[in-house]
Parts: sequence; C-alpha cells; structure tokens
Amino acid sequence: MTTLNALASISVLYVLFLFGVAFFAERASRRGRATWLRAPIVYTLSLSIYCTAWTFYGAVGSAARNGFEYLTIYLGPSLVLIGWWWVLRKLVRIGRVQRITSIADLISSRYGKSNLLGVGVTLLAVIGTTPYIALQLQSVTLSVEVFNLATPGGAEEQSTAFWVAVGLAVFTVIFGTRNLDANERHHGVVMAIAVEAIVKLTALMAVGIFVVWGIAGGVSETLTRIDASELGNWEVNGGRWAGLMFLSAAAFLCLPRMFQVMVVENDNDPQLRMAAWAFPLYLMLMSLFIVPIAVVGLDVLPAGSNPDLFVLTVPLAYGQNALALLSFLGGFSSATSMVIVAAIALSTMVSNHIVMPIWLRMNEGMASVSGDVRYVVLLSRRLSIAGVLSLGYLYYAQSGGGAALSVIGLVAFTGVAQVLPAMLGGIFWRGATRVGALAGLTVGFVVWLYTLYLPSFGAGVIMPLSLFETGPFGIGWLKPEALFGISGIDPLLHAVIWSMSLNMVAFFVASLASFPSPLERLQGAQFVNIQQGTGGTRSWSQGVAEAEDLMVMAQRILGATDAQALFLREARRQGSETHLPAPTPEFLQILERELAGSVGAATAHAMVGQIVGGMSVSVEDLMAVADETAQMMEYSATLEAQSQELSRTAAQLRAVNDKLTRLSVQKDAFLSQISHELRTPMTSIRAFSEILRDGEGITPDEQSKYSSIIHDEAIRLTRLLDDLLDLSVLENGQVSLNLVDGKLEDVLDRAAAAALAHDDKRGLEIQRDWTGEQVWLNTDTERLSQVFINLISNARKYCDAPQRVLEIRVTSGDALMIDFIDNGSGVAPEAQDVIFEKFSRVSDQKAGGAGLGLAISRQIVTRLGGEISYLSGERGAAFRVILPLNHALAAQ
Amino acid sequence: MAGHVLVIEDEPNIIEAIKFILSREGWNVATHSNGEDAADVVRAKSPDVLILDVMLPGRSGYDILRELRGDAATQALPVLMLTARGQTKDREMAESAGASRFMTKPFSNAEVLEAVRALAPA
Amino acid sequence: MTGPTGTEDGTVVRPNRRSAEKIPLFVERQTYRRRRLVDAARALPVLGVLLWLLPLLWAVPSEPTSASTGLIYVFSVWLGLPVIVGVLIRAMHRRSDSPDPEDEP
Repeated sequence: MTTLNALASISVLYVLFLFGVAFFAERASRRGRATWLRAPIVYTLSLSIYCTAWTFYGAVGSAARNGFEYLTIYLGPSLVLIGWWWVLRKLVRIGRVQRITSIADLISSRYGKSNLLGVGVTLLAVIGTTPYIALQLQSVTLSVEVFNLATPGGAEEQSTAFWVAVGLAVFTVIFGTRNLDANERHHGVVMAIAVEAIVKLTALMAVGIFVVWGIAGGVSETLTRIDASELGNWEVNGGRWAGLMFLSAAAFLCLPRMFQVMVVENDNDPQLRMAAWAFPLYLMLMSLFIVPIAVVGLDVLPAGSNPDLFVLTVPLAYGQNALALLSFLGGFSSATSMVIVAAIALSTMVSNHIVMPIWLRMNEGMASVSGDVRYVVLLSRRLSIAGVLSLGYLYYAQSGGGAALSVIGLVAFTGVAQVLPAMLGGIFWRGATRVGALAGLTVGFVVWLYTLYLPSFGAGVIMPLSLFETGPFGIGWLKPEALFGISGIDPLLHAVIWSMSLNMVAFFVASLASFPSPLERLQGAQFVNIQQGTGGTRSWSQGVAEAEDLMVMAQRILGATDAQALFLREARRQGSETHLPAPTPEFLQILERELAGSVGAATAHAMVGQIVGGMSVSVEDLMAVADETAQMMEYSATLEAQSQELSRTAAQLRAVNDKLTRLSVQKDAFLSQISHELRTPMTSIRAFSEILRDGEGITPDEQSKYSSIIHDEAIRLTRLLDDLLDLSVLENGQVSLNLVDGKLEDVLDRAAAAALAHDDKRGLEIQRDWTGEQVWLNTDTERLSQVFINLISNARKYCDAPQRVLEIRVTSGDALMIDFIDNGSGVAPEAQDVIFEKFSRVSDQKAGGAGLGLAISRQIVTRLGGEISYLSGERGAAFRVILPLNHALAAQ
Repeated sequence: MAGHVLVIEDEPNIIEAIKFILSREGWNVATHSNGEDAADVVRAKSPDVLILDVMLPGRSGYDILRELRGDAATQALPVLMLTARGQTKDREMAESAGASRFMTKPFSNAEVLEAVRALAPA
Repeated sequence: MTGPTGTEDGTVVRPNRRSAEKIPLFVERQTYRRRRLVDAARALPVLGVLLWLLPLLWAVPSEPTSASTGLIYVFSVWLGLPVIVGVLIRAMHRRSDSPDPEDEP
C-alpha cells in the first residue's frame, strides 16, 4: 500500500508541476506570446473549477445516498451555458468593457459605484465561501487518510489540512498577485487550472471505465446491475429536482470563483462560444460514471463504508494502486483549483471593497502624496489571500471535519445565489436601483441566515432547540424551517423558495419606490445597453485636478512604466507638448477606468475624486462634460489642421468668406425663392382650373388629364408647405423628439423601402453593411429615417452613373458614422459647402425639388445630437451622418 | 388672323396650359424648354410673339432677352416675360433687359391671351 | 448640368405621417436566416428545461421507470443539446464574415 511519504512526495511533485505550468504560461504571456493562453479550450477547461472535490468525491456519495438528485447540480450550469445567448454573452461583455474585477465590483459598479453594496456582496461571498474552502481541505485530508488507514489520528489530519492550506496560499500569492495590471487576468493560474481540469476528468473517467468494464463487465451488465440495485427505480423528489436545478444555475452565475474564471478572465467572444457547447459536455462526462461507481461501491464494499470515498476505495479494494493514485490526484486537483481561484476572487473583493476604502479613509486627502498605493494594494491582496485560507482552515478545524461539512455545499450555493436578482436586474432592467439592490440582498441574506445557514449547524448548536419547535418568542409563523406556517417542505427547498422570492420582491418594490442618482442611471444605461457600444461613463466635471498629482497616484497603482506610457499617450492625443495631459473630463474618465482594473470601480472613483474634488455629479454636469469633450475635439482637430499647413488655413478662411458671401446672397434670395416655388404650381393650378371652368372646346380626355394635373400640382404645393413648416419648426427648436430604441438596420430598411417606392425604372442598387448595422440607437427613428430617405432619394435622382450604385457604410467607434456614397460624379467642389442651405440648387436641372431636403436633414441630425457633412474625395457624391452612440442615455 | 407664338418655359404643365389657351384662339404655338439654346431656337423659328420664362435650366431668361435685343433680326420681337418671383426688382430687371410685357405667375388665362393679342403685330 | 445637386424633391415621405405602410414586411434571405438562428439560440435553454423536467412526470409509483432508462434519457439530452448549440454557433458564423455576428440583443 502506498505510504504516506510516497503520497506526500507525489503530491509535492504534482504541485511543482503545476507551478511549472503556471510559471511557463505567465512568462509566455509577458513575452506577448499569449495567443494559445487565450484559446477557447483553455477558457472552457478553466470553467471546470465548478467541479470541486465536492463533485469529485461527493457526487458518488450523493448518488449512493439520495439517488439521481446529484445530476441537477450539473444540469443547472449546463442550462446556463446552453442559454449563453441570454445572460453570459451580456455578462462577459459588460465585464470586459467596464473592466469588472469581481462580482462585488459588478454590483457596486452597476449601482452607481456604491461601495456599501460592494462590501455587502463581499461579506456574503466570504461567508458563503469559507465553509466551502473548509470542505476542500477536508476532502484532501480524508483522501490521504484512505491511503493511511493504519495511522488514524487527529493531529496528523489537522496537519495535512494545515500544510495544504499553507501550500495553496503560497501558490495563490505567487501567481494570483503577481501583476496588478489593468485587465486583472491571471494567465498562469488559468493555465494551471485548465491542466487540473484535464487531470480530474481523466481520473474520474478512468475509475468509471475500470468500474464499468473492469468490474461490472460492460455497459449492458452495468445497466442491469444498476436496475437491480437499491437505486433501481427512477425516483426523484420533484420539488428538489427542479429547485436544485435552479439553485445550481443561479450559483453558477453568482459564485465568486465562477465569476472570476467566466467573466474576469474572459478575453474574447470566441472563448464563450466554445464554452457554450463544450462545457456542458465536460459536465456530462464528469457525471457519466457517478451512478455506476456508486452502485458497484455499494455492492462490493462492506456495509458502512463512506460512499464519499468510493472513487478511491473501489480501485484500492481491487488492488489498483496506480488507478487509486490517479484518482487521488484528480480529487487533489479539484480541491486545489477551487481553493486557488476562490482565494483570488475573494482577495480581490476584500482588498478592493474593504481594505482599500478603509486605507483611503485613513489617508483622507492624501492619495497623491502618501505611501506607495501599488504596494498597499498588493499587500492587501496577499494578506486577504492568507486571511481567506486561514478562515477556511479555522472553519475546518472548528467543525472537526465532521459530516456537517458535506451539507454545506448547497447551503453555500443558496447564500451566493442571493446576488442573482441584483445581478440580473442590473443587467436587464434600467429601473433597478441601489436601494432596491440593497433591500433585496439584505432581505435574502437575512432569510438565508435564519432559515438555512444557522440551522445547518444543527438544532441546538447556534439556534436553541426551542426556536425550531415554537418559533422565536413563541411566534409560530417565524419558525426557521416553517416560515409563515408553511411546514413539511424540505428545509433546503424551503429556504431557497423564501429567500429568493422575498429577495426578489424586496429588490423590485424598493427599486420601484426609490429614485436613482444620475451616476446610477448612467451606469444602468451602460450595463443594460452594453451591445450598443462601448462608451465609458462620463462622470467627471472639469475639476481642479493637477496633472502631477494624478501622475503620482497613477504611478503608484499602475507602476511607473505603465502610468508614464498612459499619460504620454493621452498627452499626445490631446496634442500637448509636455508629457502630462490636461486633466480633461475625458482623460479623467480613461484614467479612472484604468485604475478600476487594479483597485475596483468604487475605489478608483474615490481616489480620483480625492484629487479632483467634487464628488457629486448631476445630469447637467454630465451634459456639460459631453459638450466640452465635443468642443475640445473640434478645437484640437482645427489646431492640428492649422499647424499642418498655414496656407491651407488661409485657403480655409477664404473659403469661409466665399461661403458667407454666397450665403448672404442666398439669404436675400430666400423670399423670392419661396415665392417662386409656391407660384410655379399655383400657375398650373390656376390656368387649368380656368380652362375647366370656361369649359369650351375640351374633350373628355383633356378634362380628366387637366383635372389630374391640378390634383398633382396641389399635392406638390402641400408638400412644399409641409417642408417649409418642418424646417421652420426644426430651426426654431420647437420640435419634440420621440426618442425610442431602434436598430439601425430597421431604420435603414424602412428608409430604403420608402425612398425607392416611387422608383422610376432608373433603378438604384443599394449595397448595405448588414453586420455593421446591428447597432441599437436611442433616437427619434422616424426623424432619422426621414434623413436617410432624403439621402437615398438624392442618390436615386442625381447620381449620373449608368449603373447607379449607392453604398451605405457603417462604422461604429465612439460615435456611429453612416456614409452614403454613390458612384456618380459627385458634387462640384465649389458647391459642396452650400448644399445644406435652404433652396440651394447647384444645378439648374429641374428635378422637381424645392431644395429643402438637405437643409431639413441637417436640422434633424443636429437635433439628434449628431452632424451631417459632405465627404469630399470619395468617388461619387458622399454624405456622412454622425450620430452619438450614447445619445440620450442619460436622459432616461 | 393667327400668328406664331413661341413659348420658352420649363414647367411642362405651364407649357401645356399656355398652349391650350392660345391654340383654342387659333394661334400656332411652338414650345421649347431649355435656356441654353433658346436664342438659336428663336432665330430659327422667328415667331410673331415670344413668351419667355425667367428661371430656365441652362440660362436665365434675362440673358436670352439681352442677346435677342442685341441682334438686329430679333431687336423688335415682342416678348412677354413670365416670372414666378413677384418682386419689384424682377420687374425692373425685365424692363432693363428689354421685355415688352411683364407678367407674374400665377396669371389668368384671359390676361395672357390679351397680352399676346396686344403684342402681336397687326 | 453640373451633376447631382444638394436638393431633393417632393417625394419625401415623412415617416411620422405616412410611412406606417412602408416598413418592409420581408427582409432578405440572409438576414432572415440569421434572425431565425438567434431565435433558436434563445429557445434552446427553454427546451432544455422542459426536457429535463420531463422525468418528474415518470414518478408514478404504480409503474416505476427503471433507473437505466432514466439515465439514458437524461444523458441523451445532455449530449444532444450541446451538439445543437455547437451547430448553431457554427452556422451563425458561416453566415456572416463579421468578427461578431451576434450583435443582436
């Protein structure tokens, strides 16, 4: 039999191997050869930390004790991934765009960067995770014990758990807090976990294959054996089956360690697209042999054997030491990977939401001058890791490693699932508020503590026995396991139903009843509309920040090299001569986001706030920021153009002068233009109505022809009046916009259909950019479509190519650019800057137009917060419509 | 009695109306709708009365009229100018260019007929 | 004639008044297929829930279902759904050359 020493050395060798993998991956990523580290398969495998030792050993135990219920724990997460389109896709995008560092950060950031919420979620996570870590330590200890039956003893057990905890702390500190870069990704750790994922799958499948083909003698024999066993009939408790499936799905999304690997470590969309199908298959394979192992274990091992250890004891009973050893490594992998990632996730949360805010509070106003923040952050992370693991170890030591631990898995699931309403509400419902999230979390947490967590220690341990029998102070309907007098439900199900439903009700009602701050509303809009674009939060009004102070602070958090590179880059972009960018709102926002990657959104906001001053932000401020940014960009663009070539500036000035002259002529001509446009159709109408009135010498054909001319001209007149009214309303700013959410594709579809409806066989082919058009806008889609109709109609009427082609290109960046480019000969250069004026008519060709279309279009686009311009230098006539992507988000 | 009238106008509906009104009274009506070569058409057709619009594609009615007045063959041609811009300035422009009559759109049919009759050489 | 002009004619359809009937009823084939793929992706988890809740109906004490039948059913669904997801994702990508065709909320 394998000796304890051999086992210890094998474990150490295995851990060294993992160190090697992590080290190698980390080095490769630092050298920029990280492509394979970001491979979708690595991401998929890293999700396997869902399968802890609780799965590896406990699933067989659960199957042996409770039958098929264990399946639900893996069916729930499978459903989450199969439905990746709904939640995960959105979650990982939010995580990437907003640089979310943990689930506490997500909740805090979504609800106006509230640190109170961050602290709440962190505490919930610590309380929910600590017993879980203890469970892992216990499983390692138990598995060691199996090999070492000869020397059972309290002291040795405790020391195994202790040294495992120490070893894991060292590993996590080394690879989990190695770098404090902005994206908070740990390539080394993720790679090691991916390797462990393979080890545990291989181990479990090897034992399963041995059991099915080695012991039972084949698939059909195994199935017969299952049917003949005490698990022979398909019996599941309906409530628990459905409830556990929901619970495991919820926990899968909310567990801090799952959020870490799934969202924080996510790097690109293809990763998720692979995980969506591959991870359910992984879970399926992990679950496949559980029942056979349980059935065979119950069959061949003496009654009273611990079914939690069948994965080890069955191979050992058949003398398969090597297989048992592999299985031991599988369990060891499951335990260690869970602990490592959980420790990283928790330490990030504790450090960002508890330690850093306290430290900042203690050093009020000193963020720029006192100690090295970077060092403080790293230290607080390392201490947090040590703290989390100590807590886990203490919990294990205190609970005595008894059977009490095995039930803790589902209890912890229910605890962390309390974050679900605030999380899903936050990413799908703009009406969710900070107060609502706080209310929901608090209610859910309290109900969970009262109905499940505290009772889980057993009646009489923390809660007195009388509480269970008569309720607190004799209030019967408050009995912890029979709230509101509803008894007889399974205690776990009881707790899940009440905690989740009361949580949701509190969250919803408090959200409806409260009013969010501007920052919350802005964040809410950004989270809910994440697909629309990647605009950041505009949250700093121009303050009194000194660039030097910011530089000093940033250096301490990001490190000197990175901070200097960032500042230099921004300075260049602003066109500044020095190395320091001006503390514009835009720059502060970028800086804050970079810092948020290291210390979390709320802390970064507070730190920048200390230097910049002025923490309160109103909607007016936000508008002002947006305006200033736009002006700044225009201004710097002009400067750049001027410095490039002085003569060009002169030419521009001359052009402006010319334009003004022409405009003034046009202004003079405005009245006579209106007069002309109105009188022309009136002439026809009058002449023909007189002809009809006189009635002499008209054939019936002529009569009907002339009537229809009168009719057509009357319509033309009406349209003209409509256009004039439209324009005057738009120009006077009296128009009320009807802002709705709409997809660009739909607006263009509608415009193209309307513009080509009256097509006169001349034909116009429209080339669209289908993928670029999948952009959501919050704008007046009716008005916008009016603009597009004008542009398309113009191409149809004025493009002089034999085969008319209009290309519509869409580019989204900070703003959305829609270009309409045809293949005609374009607008003559001297006419390009007046075409947007009223009645401007470049050619004398009569095209039936009054010359108001582009003027109206320009007014509309300006009202929508964008601009329209003529692009010179394209092959044909080219118009560009620029729309702000986040337009009116803050207005809701 | 009837003479030849040439209508230079770019709105097809207005051409149609004038043509109908004048033809009914027995005039021979020719039409042309482009400004650029209008002067050549006038010289070729040598009408008795010319009805000339101001806003024409290619060339303005004033320009055409000035050219006609500078040409001996058309110096005395009676010209009825039509304009849709009803400002005093336009009337002055028409007079200085040498229009025989000036009429603002919209006009009544009787007015046009009367003007053409008056302008036509007896 | 100096080419296209900056004007437009009177055929402007003012959408707020007249274009209700102008919304295209049909989109081109490619767009149509893509939308249906997205619908399928949305429906899959619902299908999964239904299929996996189905075993609850078997729990009739009088005629018990054997464990092997139950396991084979659950695991078949477990193999089938991810395969369908994989095929869907692949199809979405074949239909579009863009880096991310899923930009449709």
